[in-house]
Amino acid sequence: MDSSTRVVRITVDQQIVEVPAGVTVAAGLLDAGIWSTRTSVRGEARGPLCGMGVCFECRVTIDDVSAQRACLVAVREGMRVETTSVHAAQGGA
Amino acid sequence: MMTDADHVRAGLVVIGAGPAGIAAAVVAAERGVRTIVIDRGLEPGGQIWRHRAGAKLPATAMHWLARFGHCDAELLSGASVVDARRAADGVDIVADRGGRPLRVHARDLVLACGARELFLPFPGWTLPGVVGIGGAQALLKSGASFAGQRVVIAGSGPLILPVAASLSHDGARLVTVAEQASGAAVARFGAGLWRSPALVAQAVRYRARFAATRYRTGTWVTAAHGTERLTHVTLTDGSRAWDEAADVLCTGYGLVPSTELARLLGCTMERGAVVVDARQVTSIPRVYAAGESTGIGGAPLSIVEGMIAGLAVASPGAIPASLTRRRSALHRAATRMHQAFAPRQELRTLAAHDTIVCRCEDVRFGALLTASCARQAKLHTRAGMGPCQGRICGPALELLRGWSVDTVRSPIEPTSISVLCADDSDGASASDSASTGADTGSSFSSLAAGAR
Repeated sequence: MDSSTRVVRITVDQQIVEVPAGVTVAAGLLDAGIWSTRTSVRGEARGPLCGMGVCFECRVTIDDVSAQRACLVAVREGMRVETTSVHAAQGGA
Repeated sequence: MMTDADHVRAGLVVIGAGPAGIAAAVVAAERGVRTIVIDRGLEPGGQIWRHRAGAKLPATAMHWLARFGHCDAELLSGASVVDARRAADGVDIVADRGGRPLRVHARDLVLACGARELFLPFPGWTLPGVVGIGGAQALLKSGASFAGQRVVIAGSGPLILPVAASLSHDGARLVTVAEQASGAAVARFGAGLWRSPALVAQAVRYRARFAATRYRTGTWVTAAHGTERLTHVTLTDGSRAWDEAADVLCTGYGLVPSTELARLLGCTMERGAVVVDARQVTSIPRVYAAGESTGIGGAPLSIVEGMIAGLAVASPGAIPASLTRRRSALHRAATRMHQAFAPRQELRTLAAHDTIVCRCEDVRFGALLTASCARQAKLHTRAGMGPCQGRICGPALELLRGWSVDTVRSPIEPTSISVLCADDSDGASASDSASTGADTGSSFSSLAAGAR
Protein backbone atom coordinates (compact mmCIF):
# COMPACT_ATOMS: atom_id res chain seq x y z
CA MET A 1 0.00 0.00 0.00
CA ASP A 2 1.60 3.22 -1.09
CA SER A 3 -0.75 5.31 1.05
CA SER A 4 0.81 3.90 4.22
CA THR A 5 4.27 5.09 3.23
CA ARG A 6 3.22 8.74 3.34
CA VAL A 7 2.65 10.47 6.65
CA VAL A 8 0.91 13.66 7.66
CA ARG A 9 1.63 15.70 10.77
CA ILE A 10 -1.27 16.51 13.06
CA THR A 11 -1.31 18.17 16.46
CA VAL A 12 -2.93 16.22 19.26
CA ASP A 13 -3.33 18.14 22.52
CA GLN A 14 -0.43 20.44 21.53
CA GLN A 15 1.87 17.55 20.65
CA ILE A 16 2.87 16.92 17.06
CA VAL A 17 2.13 13.38 15.93
CA GLU A 18 2.98 11.74 12.62
CA VAL A 19 0.24 9.47 11.30
CA PRO A 20 -0.20 7.59 8.02
CA ALA A 21 -1.91 9.62 5.31
CA GLY A 22 -5.46 8.58 4.45
CA VAL A 23 -6.41 7.14 7.82
CA THR A 24 -9.22 8.41 10.04
CA VAL A 25 -8.44 10.55 13.06
CA ALA A 26 -9.47 7.66 15.34
CA ALA A 27 -7.09 5.29 13.58
CA GLY A 28 -4.31 7.89 13.68
CA LEU A 29 -4.78 8.40 17.42
CA LEU A 30 -4.67 4.64 18.11
CA ASP A 31 -1.53 4.27 16.02
CA ALA A 32 0.03 7.06 18.09
CA GLY A 33 -0.84 5.10 21.23
CA ILE A 34 -3.66 7.43 22.24
CA TRP A 35 -6.53 5.20 23.31
CA SER A 36 -8.36 7.68 25.50
CA THR A 37 -10.19 10.36 23.55
CA ARG A 38 -12.45 11.85 26.17
CA THR A 39 -13.30 12.05 29.85
CA SER A 40 -16.85 10.99 30.69
CA VAL A 41 -19.29 13.09 32.69
CA ARG A 42 -18.16 11.34 35.87
CA GLY A 43 -14.47 11.60 35.01
CA GLU A 44 -13.72 8.23 33.46
CA ALA A 45 -11.35 7.69 30.54
CA ARG A 46 -13.10 6.63 27.33
CA GLY A 47 -11.95 5.66 23.87
CA PRO A 48 -13.32 4.43 20.53
CA LEU A 49 -15.88 1.63 20.78
CA CYS A 50 -17.93 1.17 17.61
CA GLY A 51 -15.54 2.59 15.01
CA MET A 52 -18.44 3.60 12.77
CA GLY A 53 -19.95 6.80 14.09
CA VAL A 54 -22.65 5.37 16.34
CA CYS A 55 -21.34 5.51 19.91
CA PHE A 56 -19.79 9.01 19.98
CA GLU A 57 -17.11 7.81 22.41
CA CYS A 58 -14.29 9.00 20.13
CA ARG A 59 -15.58 12.55 19.86
CA VAL A 60 -12.85 15.19 19.86
CA THR A 61 -12.42 18.80 18.84
CA ILE A 62 -10.97 19.10 15.34
CA ASP A 63 -9.74 22.50 14.15
CA ASP A 64 -11.87 24.23 16.79
CA VAL A 65 -15.07 22.39 15.88
CA SER A 66 -16.14 20.40 18.93
CA ALA A 67 -17.80 16.99 19.17
CA GLN A 68 -16.44 15.57 15.91
CA ARG A 69 -16.47 11.80 15.65
CA ALA A 70 -12.79 10.91 15.13
CA CYS A 71 -13.78 7.69 13.36
CA LEU A 72 -15.62 9.60 10.62
CA VAL A 73 -13.01 12.22 9.75
CA ALA A 74 -9.86 11.66 7.68
CA VAL A 75 -6.57 13.16 8.89
CA ARG A 76 -5.23 16.22 7.08
CA GLU A 77 -1.80 17.84 7.24
CA GLY A 78 -1.75 20.45 9.99
CA MET A 79 -5.00 19.29 11.59
CA ARG A 80 -5.41 20.25 15.25
CA VAL A 81 -7.06 17.59 17.40
CA GLU A 82 -7.99 18.20 21.02
CA THR A 83 -9.12 15.36 23.23
CA THR A 84 -10.72 15.78 26.63
CA SER A 85 -8.79 12.85 28.05
CA VAL A 86 -7.12 13.05 31.43
CA HIS A 87 -3.73 13.02 29.70
CA ALA A 88 -4.68 16.10 27.71
CA ALA A 89 -5.47 17.95 30.92
CA GLN A 90 -2.04 16.97 32.26
CA GLY A 91 -0.42 18.54 29.21
CA GLY A 92 0.67 15.48 27.27
CA ALA A 93 -0.76 12.67 25.17
CA MET B 1 -23.91 20.16 -9.26
CA MET B 2 -24.77 20.66 -5.63
CA THR B 3 -23.99 23.86 -3.79
CA ASP B 4 -23.86 24.53 -0.06
CA ALA B 5 -27.46 24.36 1.02
CA ASP B 6 -29.08 22.99 -2.06
CA HIS B 7 -32.65 21.94 -2.06
CA VAL B 8 -32.42 19.02 -4.42
CA ARG B 9 -35.27 16.96 -5.81
CA ALA B 10 -34.78 13.35 -6.74
CA GLY B 11 -36.96 10.53 -7.94
CA LEU B 12 -35.27 8.26 -5.49
CA VAL B 13 -33.22 8.99 -2.40
CA VAL B 14 -31.35 6.09 -0.84
CA ILE B 15 -30.09 6.46 2.72
CA GLY B 16 -26.95 4.39 3.19
CA ALA B 17 -24.30 3.25 0.70
CA GLY B 18 -23.77 -0.28 2.00
CA PRO B 19 -24.69 -3.39 -0.02
CA ALA B 20 -28.47 -2.79 0.19
CA GLY B 21 -28.28 0.90 -0.65
CA ILE B 22 -25.84 0.42 -3.51
CA ALA B 23 -27.89 -2.42 -5.03
CA ALA B 24 -31.11 -0.36 -4.79
CA ALA B 25 -29.45 2.74 -6.27
CA VAL B 26 -27.74 0.85 -9.11
CA VAL B 27 -30.86 -1.07 -10.13
CA ALA B 28 -33.05 2.06 -10.07
CA ALA B 29 -30.51 4.38 -11.71
CA GLU B 30 -29.77 1.86 -14.49
CA ARG B 31 -33.51 2.00 -15.24
CA GLY B 32 -33.52 5.76 -15.57
CA VAL B 33 -34.61 6.85 -12.08
CA ARG B 34 -32.89 10.05 -10.93
CA THR B 35 -31.19 8.72 -7.81
CA ILE B 36 -29.30 10.32 -4.94
CA VAL B 37 -27.52 8.30 -2.25
CA ILE B 38 -26.79 9.91 1.11
CA ASP B 39 -24.12 8.19 3.19
CA ARG B 40 -22.33 8.93 6.44
CA GLY B 41 -19.07 7.28 5.38
CA LEU B 42 -16.16 8.80 3.52
CA GLU B 43 -16.34 6.16 0.77
CA PRO B 44 -19.22 4.03 -0.53
CA GLY B 45 -19.51 0.43 0.63
CA GLY B 46 -20.85 0.69 4.17
CA GLN B 47 -19.07 -1.14 6.95
CA ILE B 48 -18.82 -4.49 5.21
CA TRP B 49 -17.26 -3.25 1.96
CA ARG B 50 -15.20 -0.59 3.66
CA HIS B 51 -11.53 -1.22 2.93
CA ARG B 52 -8.09 0.26 3.17
CA ALA B 53 -6.82 1.96 0.03
CA GLY B 54 -5.41 -0.73 -2.24
CA ALA B 55 -6.79 -3.63 -0.19
CA LYS B 56 -8.33 -6.59 -2.00
CA LEU B 57 -12.12 -6.74 -1.99
CA PRO B 58 -14.40 -9.74 -2.61
CA ALA B 59 -15.58 -10.10 -6.23
CA THR B 60 -19.19 -9.28 -5.28
CA ALA B 61 -18.13 -6.03 -3.66
CA MET B 62 -15.97 -5.09 -6.67
CA HIS B 63 -18.88 -5.85 -9.00
CA TRP B 64 -21.39 -3.64 -7.17
CA LEU B 65 -18.99 -0.81 -6.41
CA ALA B 66 -17.97 -0.72 -10.10
CA ARG B 67 -21.60 -0.69 -11.23
CA PHE B 68 -22.32 2.04 -8.69
CA GLY B 69 -19.42 4.08 -10.05
CA HIS B 70 -20.66 3.74 -13.60
CA CYS B 71 -24.36 4.39 -13.07
CA ASP B 72 -25.92 7.86 -12.86
CA ALA B 73 -26.73 7.71 -9.17
CA GLU B 74 -25.19 10.64 -7.31
CA LEU B 75 -23.41 9.91 -4.02
CA LEU B 76 -23.39 12.48 -1.23
CA SER B 77 -20.86 11.02 1.19
CA GLY B 78 -19.93 12.26 4.65
CA ALA B 79 -23.52 13.30 5.25
CA SER B 80 -25.58 12.29 8.29
CA VAL B 81 -29.34 12.47 7.95
CA VAL B 82 -30.69 14.43 10.92
CA ASP B 83 -34.34 14.90 9.98
CA ALA B 84 -36.97 13.55 7.61
CA ARG B 85 -40.59 14.58 7.22
CA ARG B 86 -43.39 13.22 5.13
CA ALA B 87 -44.69 15.72 2.60
CA ALA B 88 -47.64 15.54 0.21
CA ASP B 89 -45.51 14.30 -2.67
CA GLY B 90 -42.77 12.38 -0.89
CA VAL B 91 -40.31 12.89 1.93
CA ASP B 92 -38.19 15.95 2.81
CA ILE B 93 -34.78 15.03 4.17
CA VAL B 94 -32.27 17.18 6.02
CA ALA B 95 -28.68 16.03 6.34
CA ASP B 96 -25.61 17.49 8.02
CA ARG B 97 -22.67 17.41 5.66
CA GLY B 98 -19.57 18.60 7.47
CA GLY B 99 -21.62 21.14 9.39
CA ARG B 100 -23.45 22.37 6.29
CA PRO B 101 -27.14 21.69 5.69
CA LEU B 102 -28.27 19.53 2.83
CA ARG B 103 -31.94 19.39 1.92
CA VAL B 104 -33.24 16.73 -0.42
CA HIS B 105 -36.77 15.98 -1.51
CA ALA B 106 -37.47 12.36 -2.37
CA ARG B 107 -40.44 11.09 -4.31
CA ASP B 108 -39.42 7.55 -3.31
CA LEU B 109 -37.17 6.76 -0.36
CA VAL B 110 -35.15 3.61 0.30
CA LEU B 111 -33.94 3.21 3.87
CA ALA B 112 -30.76 1.14 3.77
CA CYS B 113 -29.39 2.30 7.10
CA GLY B 114 -27.66 -0.94 8.01
CA ALA B 115 -26.94 -2.15 11.50
CA ARG B 116 -24.74 -1.66 14.49
CA GLU B 117 -23.25 -3.92 17.11
CA LEU B 118 -25.12 -5.17 20.13
CA PHE B 119 -23.09 -4.52 23.27
CA LEU B 120 -24.01 -6.04 26.61
CA PRO B 121 -22.65 -4.19 29.64
CA PHE B 122 -20.26 -5.93 32.03
CA PRO B 123 -17.91 -4.49 34.67
CA GLY B 124 -15.10 -2.60 32.93
CA TRP B 125 -16.63 -2.49 29.45
CA THR B 126 -16.19 1.29 29.32
CA LEU B 127 -12.37 1.13 29.59
CA PRO B 128 -10.30 2.42 26.67
CA GLY B 129 -9.07 -0.70 24.89
CA VAL B 130 -12.48 -2.37 24.94
CA VAL B 131 -13.83 -2.08 21.39
CA GLY B 132 -16.50 -3.74 19.32
CA ILE B 133 -15.69 -6.81 17.26
CA GLY B 134 -17.07 -4.98 14.25
CA GLY B 135 -15.55 -1.87 15.79
CA ALA B 136 -12.08 -3.38 15.60
CA GLN B 137 -12.72 -4.34 11.97
CA ALA B 138 -13.92 -0.80 11.20
CA LEU B 139 -10.86 0.71 12.89
CA LEU B 140 -8.55 -1.68 11.00
CA LYS B 141 -10.20 -0.73 7.72
CA SER B 142 -9.85 2.94 8.52
CA GLY B 143 -6.10 2.54 8.96
CA ALA B 144 -5.54 1.62 12.60
CA SER B 145 -2.99 -1.04 13.41
CA PHE B 146 -3.23 -3.56 16.24
CA ALA B 147 0.22 -4.99 15.54
CA GLY B 148 1.89 -6.25 18.69
CA GLN B 149 -1.21 -5.73 20.84
CA ARG B 150 -2.42 -8.61 22.99
CA VAL B 151 -6.02 -9.06 21.85
CA VAL B 152 -8.85 -11.08 23.37
CA ILE B 153 -11.98 -11.52 21.28
CA ALA B 154 -15.03 -12.46 23.33
CA GLY B 155 -18.51 -12.14 21.94
CA SER B 156 -20.73 -13.94 19.51
CA GLY B 157 -21.56 -14.52 15.90
CA PRO B 158 -19.98 -15.31 12.54
CA LEU B 159 -18.28 -11.89 12.48
CA ILE B 160 -15.72 -13.19 14.99
CA LEU B 161 -13.96 -15.29 12.33
CA PRO B 162 -13.10 -12.59 9.75
CA VAL B 163 -12.16 -10.13 12.49
CA ALA B 164 -9.85 -12.64 14.19
CA ALA B 165 -8.31 -13.35 10.79
CA SER B 166 -7.83 -9.63 10.04
CA LEU B 167 -6.33 -8.89 13.45
CA SER B 168 -3.95 -11.82 13.18
CA HIS B 169 -2.95 -10.73 9.68
CA ASP B 170 -2.33 -7.22 11.03
CA GLY B 171 0.17 -8.62 13.53
CA ALA B 172 -1.97 -8.61 16.66
CA ARG B 173 -1.15 -11.25 19.29
CA LEU B 174 -4.47 -13.04 19.57
CA VAL B 175 -4.65 -14.41 23.11
CA THR B 176 -8.07 -16.06 23.07
CA VAL B 177 -11.04 -16.12 20.74
CA ALA B 178 -14.20 -16.82 22.74
CA GLU B 179 -17.67 -17.50 21.34
CA GLN B 180 -20.48 -17.43 23.94
CA ALA B 181 -22.68 -19.87 22.02
CA SER B 182 -22.22 -23.52 22.92
CA GLY B 183 -20.06 -25.81 20.82
CA ALA B 184 -23.17 -27.79 19.93
CA ALA B 185 -24.98 -24.69 18.67
CA VAL B 186 -22.00 -23.60 16.58
CA ALA B 187 -21.61 -27.12 15.16
CA ARG B 188 -25.31 -27.26 14.26
CA PHE B 189 -25.02 -23.91 12.53
CA GLY B 190 -21.93 -25.10 10.63
CA ALA B 191 -23.69 -28.31 9.56
CA GLY B 192 -26.62 -26.23 8.31
CA LEU B 193 -24.28 -24.49 5.87
CA TRP B 194 -23.96 -27.59 3.65
CA ARG B 195 -25.96 -25.81 0.96
CA SER B 196 -23.41 -22.99 0.95
CA PRO B 197 -20.00 -24.60 0.40
CA ALA B 198 -18.52 -21.19 -0.43
CA LEU B 199 -19.39 -19.95 3.07
CA VAL B 200 -17.85 -23.03 4.65
CA ALA B 201 -14.67 -22.59 2.60
CA GLN B 202 -14.54 -18.95 3.63
CA ALA B 203 -14.91 -19.86 7.32
CA VAL B 204 -12.12 -22.43 6.98
CA ARG B 205 -9.86 -19.84 5.34
CA TYR B 206 -10.55 -17.34 8.11
CA ARG B 207 -9.90 -19.98 10.79
CA ALA B 208 -6.61 -20.94 9.15
CA ARG B 209 -5.41 -17.36 9.51
CA PHE B 210 -5.56 -17.52 13.29
CA ALA B 211 -4.82 -21.23 13.59
CA ALA B 212 -2.40 -20.72 16.49
CA THR B 213 -5.15 -19.34 18.74
CA ARG B 214 -7.85 -21.47 20.29
CA TYR B 215 -11.46 -20.78 19.27
CA ARG B 216 -13.34 -21.52 22.48
CA THR B 217 -17.06 -21.99 22.28
CA GLY B 218 -19.27 -21.71 25.37
CA THR B 219 -16.91 -19.06 26.73
CA TRP B 220 -17.63 -15.44 27.55
CA VAL B 221 -16.12 -12.37 29.19
CA THR B 222 -17.40 -11.39 32.64
CA ALA B 223 -15.18 -8.40 33.44
CA ALA B 224 -12.52 -6.09 32.01
CA HIS B 225 -9.90 -4.63 34.31
CA GLY B 226 -7.62 -1.59 34.28
CA THR B 227 -7.68 2.01 35.39
CA GLU B 228 -7.30 4.23 32.35
CA ARG B 229 -6.61 1.45 29.87
CA LEU B 230 -7.46 -2.23 29.72
CA THR B 231 -4.89 -4.51 31.37
CA HIS B 232 -6.66 -7.87 31.62
CA VAL B 233 -10.00 -9.57 31.24
CA THR B 234 -11.86 -12.30 33.13
CA LEU B 235 -13.29 -15.10 31.04
CA THR B 236 -15.47 -18.02 32.04
CA ASP B 237 -16.80 -21.21 30.51
CA GLY B 238 -19.51 -21.45 33.15
CA SER B 239 -17.62 -23.83 35.41
CA ARG B 240 -14.37 -21.95 36.00
CA ALA B 241 -13.15 -18.39 35.53
CA TRP B 242 -9.68 -17.20 34.60
CA ASP B 243 -7.83 -14.00 33.77
CA GLU B 244 -6.00 -13.17 30.54
CA ALA B 245 -3.65 -10.21 30.17
CA ALA B 246 -4.81 -8.09 27.24
CA ASP B 247 -4.28 -4.66 25.70
CA VAL B 248 -7.43 -4.87 23.61
CA LEU B 249 -10.72 -6.67 24.13
CA CYS B 250 -13.03 -7.00 21.15
CA THR B 251 -16.58 -7.70 22.24
CA GLY B 252 -20.09 -7.64 20.78
CA TYR B 253 -23.07 -9.97 20.47
CA GLY B 254 -24.07 -9.69 16.86
CA LEU B 255 -25.84 -6.84 15.15
CA VAL B 256 -29.06 -4.88 15.65
CA PRO B 257 -30.90 -2.98 12.90
CA SER B 258 -30.49 0.79 12.67
CA THR B 259 -34.05 2.06 12.60
CA GLU B 260 -34.06 5.67 13.87
CA LEU B 261 -35.03 7.14 10.50
CA ALA B 262 -37.77 4.57 9.89
CA ARG B 263 -39.20 5.17 13.35
CA LEU B 264 -39.00 8.95 12.92
CA LEU B 265 -41.10 8.60 9.77
CA GLY B 266 -43.54 6.35 11.59
CA CYS B 267 -42.83 3.05 9.83
CA THR B 268 -44.27 -0.01 11.54
CA MET B 269 -41.67 -2.00 13.48
CA GLU B 270 -41.58 -5.60 14.62
CA ARG B 271 -38.97 -7.15 16.90
CA GLY B 272 -36.63 -4.22 16.42
CA ALA B 273 -36.72 -4.29 12.61
CA VAL B 274 -38.60 -2.34 9.95
CA VAL B 275 -41.60 -4.26 8.59
CA VAL B 276 -41.69 -4.50 4.79
CA ASP B 277 -43.91 -6.22 2.23
CA ALA B 278 -42.84 -8.43 -0.70
CA ARG B 279 -41.70 -5.33 -2.64
CA GLN B 280 -39.69 -4.03 0.37
CA VAL B 281 -42.27 -1.28 0.97
CA THR B 282 -42.67 -0.22 4.61
CA SER B 283 -46.03 0.62 6.17
CA ILE B 284 -45.67 4.03 4.47
CA PRO B 285 -46.30 4.11 0.70
CA ARG B 286 -43.21 4.98 -1.38
CA VAL B 287 -40.93 4.46 1.62
CA TYR B 288 -38.91 1.27 1.20
CA ALA B 289 -36.46 -0.47 3.49
CA ALA B 290 -33.76 -2.95 2.51
CA GLY B 291 -30.89 -4.75 4.15
CA GLU B 292 -30.05 -5.05 7.83
CA SER B 293 -32.63 -2.49 8.97
CA THR B 294 -35.36 -5.00 8.04
CA GLY B 295 -33.65 -7.74 10.08
CA ILE B 296 -30.06 -8.93 10.36
CA GLY B 297 -29.20 -11.29 7.52
CA GLY B 298 -25.82 -10.37 6.07
CA ALA B 299 -24.58 -8.76 2.85
CA PRO B 300 -25.99 -11.33 0.38
CA LEU B 301 -29.53 -10.80 1.72
CA SER B 302 -28.99 -7.04 1.79
CA ILE B 303 -28.03 -7.06 -1.90
CA VAL B 304 -31.14 -9.06 -2.87
CA GLU B 305 -33.43 -6.81 -0.83
CA GLY B 306 -31.78 -3.73 -2.31
CA MET B 307 -32.24 -5.07 -5.83
CA ILE B 308 -35.91 -5.77 -5.16
CA ALA B 309 -36.44 -2.29 -3.71
CA GLY B 310 -34.67 -0.70 -6.70
CA LEU B 311 -36.79 -2.68 -9.15
CA ALA B 312 -39.99 -1.83 -7.31
CA VAL B 313 -39.13 1.89 -7.39
CA ALA B 314 -38.26 1.76 -11.09
CA SER B 315 -41.33 -0.08 -12.35
CA PRO B 316 -44.68 -1.40 -11.17
CA GLY B 317 -43.96 -4.79 -12.76
CA ALA B 318 -43.66 -8.06 -10.86
CA ILE B 319 -40.44 -8.90 -9.01
CA PRO B 320 -38.62 -11.84 -10.68
CA ALA B 321 -39.25 -15.10 -8.80
CA SER B 322 -35.52 -15.90 -8.79
CA LEU B 323 -34.95 -12.88 -6.55
CA THR B 324 -37.81 -13.57 -4.16
CA ARG B 325 -36.78 -17.25 -3.86
CA ARG B 326 -33.23 -16.21 -3.02
CA ARG B 327 -34.53 -13.73 -0.45
CA SER B 328 -36.58 -16.48 1.23
CA ALA B 329 -33.62 -18.87 1.36
CA LEU B 330 -31.39 -16.20 2.88
CA HIS B 331 -34.10 -15.33 5.43
CA ARG B 332 -34.13 -18.98 6.52
CA ALA B 333 -30.34 -18.98 6.84
CA ALA B 334 -30.54 -15.80 8.93
CA THR B 335 -33.05 -17.43 11.28
CA ARG B 336 -30.64 -20.36 11.80
CA MET B 337 -27.87 -17.87 12.59
CA HIS B 338 -29.98 -16.03 15.16
CA GLN B 339 -30.91 -19.29 16.85
CA ALA B 340 -27.31 -20.52 16.99
CA PHE B 341 -25.82 -17.30 18.33
CA ALA B 342 -28.63 -16.11 20.62
CA PRO B 343 -27.09 -14.53 23.75
CA ARG B 344 -27.06 -16.98 26.65
CA GLN B 345 -28.96 -16.17 29.84
CA GLU B 346 -25.76 -15.62 31.86
CA LEU B 347 -24.90 -12.55 29.76
CA ARG B 348 -27.95 -10.77 31.16
CA THR B 349 -26.59 -10.99 34.68
CA LEU B 350 -23.09 -9.58 34.12
CA ALA B 351 -23.87 -5.92 34.82
CA ALA B 352 -23.39 -5.11 38.52
CA HIS B 353 -25.17 -2.28 40.32
CA ASP B 354 -22.26 0.07 39.68
CA THR B 355 -21.69 -1.00 36.05
CA ILE B 356 -22.27 1.90 33.67
CA VAL B 357 -24.97 1.10 31.14
CA CYS B 358 -25.52 4.48 29.45
CA ARG B 359 -22.00 5.52 28.49
CA CYS B 360 -22.97 9.03 27.39
CA GLU B 361 -24.53 10.01 30.71
CA ASP B 362 -22.66 7.55 32.96
CA VAL B 363 -25.86 5.99 34.27
CA ARG B 364 -25.22 2.86 36.33
CA PHE B 365 -27.27 -0.31 36.15
CA GLY B 366 -28.46 0.06 39.76
CA ALA B 367 -30.03 3.43 38.98
CA LEU B 368 -32.13 1.83 36.26
CA LEU B 369 -33.60 -0.95 38.35
CA THR B 370 -36.51 1.11 39.65
CA ALA B 371 -37.62 2.32 36.21
CA SER B 372 -40.31 0.37 34.42
CA CYS B 373 -39.60 1.46 30.84
CA ALA B 374 -37.08 3.31 28.70
CA ARG B 375 -39.12 6.53 28.84
CA GLN B 376 -39.20 6.53 32.64
CA ALA B 377 -35.48 5.73 32.83
CA LYS B 378 -34.80 8.67 30.54
CA LEU B 379 -36.80 11.07 32.70
CA HIS B 380 -35.30 9.89 35.98
CA THR B 381 -31.70 9.13 35.06
CA ARG B 382 -31.00 10.68 31.62
CA ALA B 383 -30.15 7.19 30.32
CA GLY B 384 -30.23 7.34 26.52
CA MET B 385 -30.23 11.14 26.41
CA GLY B 386 -26.60 11.74 25.48
CA PRO B 387 -25.08 12.20 22.02
CA CYS B 388 -25.65 8.59 20.93
CA GLN B 389 -29.31 8.90 21.96
CA GLY B 390 -29.58 5.40 23.29
CA ARG B 391 -28.08 3.71 20.24
CA ILE B 392 -25.71 1.75 22.50
CA CYS B 393 -27.65 1.36 25.78
CA GLY B 394 -31.09 1.03 24.17
CA PRO B 395 -30.63 -2.44 22.64
CA ALA B 396 -28.75 -3.56 25.78
CA LEU B 397 -31.62 -2.48 28.03
CA GLU B 398 -34.06 -4.18 25.70
CA LEU B 399 -32.28 -7.44 26.47
CA LEU B 400 -31.48 -6.79 30.16
CA ARG B 401 -34.79 -5.21 31.20
CA GLY B 402 -37.18 -6.13 28.41
CA TRP B 403 -37.77 -2.45 27.56
CA SER B 404 -38.77 -1.60 24.03
CA VAL B 405 -36.86 1.34 22.60
CA ASP B 406 -38.35 4.77 23.14
CA THR B 407 -39.75 6.93 20.36
CA VAL B 408 -37.30 8.99 18.34
CA ARG B 409 -37.38 12.71 17.80
CA SER B 410 -35.77 14.99 15.28
CA PRO B 411 -32.87 15.55 14.95
CA ILE B 412 -31.93 11.90 15.04
CA GLU B 413 -28.23 12.74 15.21
CA PRO B 414 -26.46 15.60 16.94
CA THR B 415 -26.06 18.51 14.56
CA SER B 416 -25.40 22.22 14.62
CA ILE B 417 -28.17 24.75 15.10
CA SER B 418 -27.45 26.18 11.65
CA VAL B 419 -28.27 22.91 9.94
CA LEU B 420 -31.56 22.70 11.80
CA CYS B 421 -32.47 26.31 11.04
CA ALA B 422 -31.90 25.58 7.37
CA ASP B 423 -34.76 23.14 7.70
CA ASP B 424 -37.34 25.91 7.71
CA SER B 425 -35.67 28.53 5.59
CA ASP B 426 -34.76 28.85 1.93
CA GLY B 427 -31.47 27.70 0.47
CA ALA B 428 -29.76 31.09 0.50
CA SER B 429 -30.36 31.90 4.15
CA ALA B 430 -29.53 28.33 5.06
CA SER B 431 -26.16 28.83 3.42
CA ASP B 432 -25.58 32.03 5.40
CA SER B 433 -26.45 30.55 8.75
CA ALA B 434 -24.33 27.51 7.94
CA SER B 435 -21.21 29.60 7.48
CA THR B 436 -21.95 31.44 10.72
CA GLY B 437 -22.23 28.12 12.50
CA ALA B 438 -18.95 26.93 11.08
CA ASP B 439 -17.20 30.17 12.05
CA THR B 440 -18.24 30.02 15.65
CA GLY B 441 -17.79 26.30 15.79
CA SER B 442 -21.19 25.95 17.35
CA SER B 443 -22.10 22.35 17.86
CA PHE B 444 -24.96 21.32 20.04
CA SER B 445 -24.30 17.69 20.61
CA SER B 446 -27.03 17.28 23.18
CA LEU B 447 -29.55 19.45 21.39
CA ALA B 448 -31.16 16.41 19.90
CA ALA B 449 -31.90 14.79 23.17
CA GLY B 450 -32.72 17.72 25.38
CA ALA B 451 -30.62 20.52 26.78
CA ARG B 452 -27.78 19.57 29.03
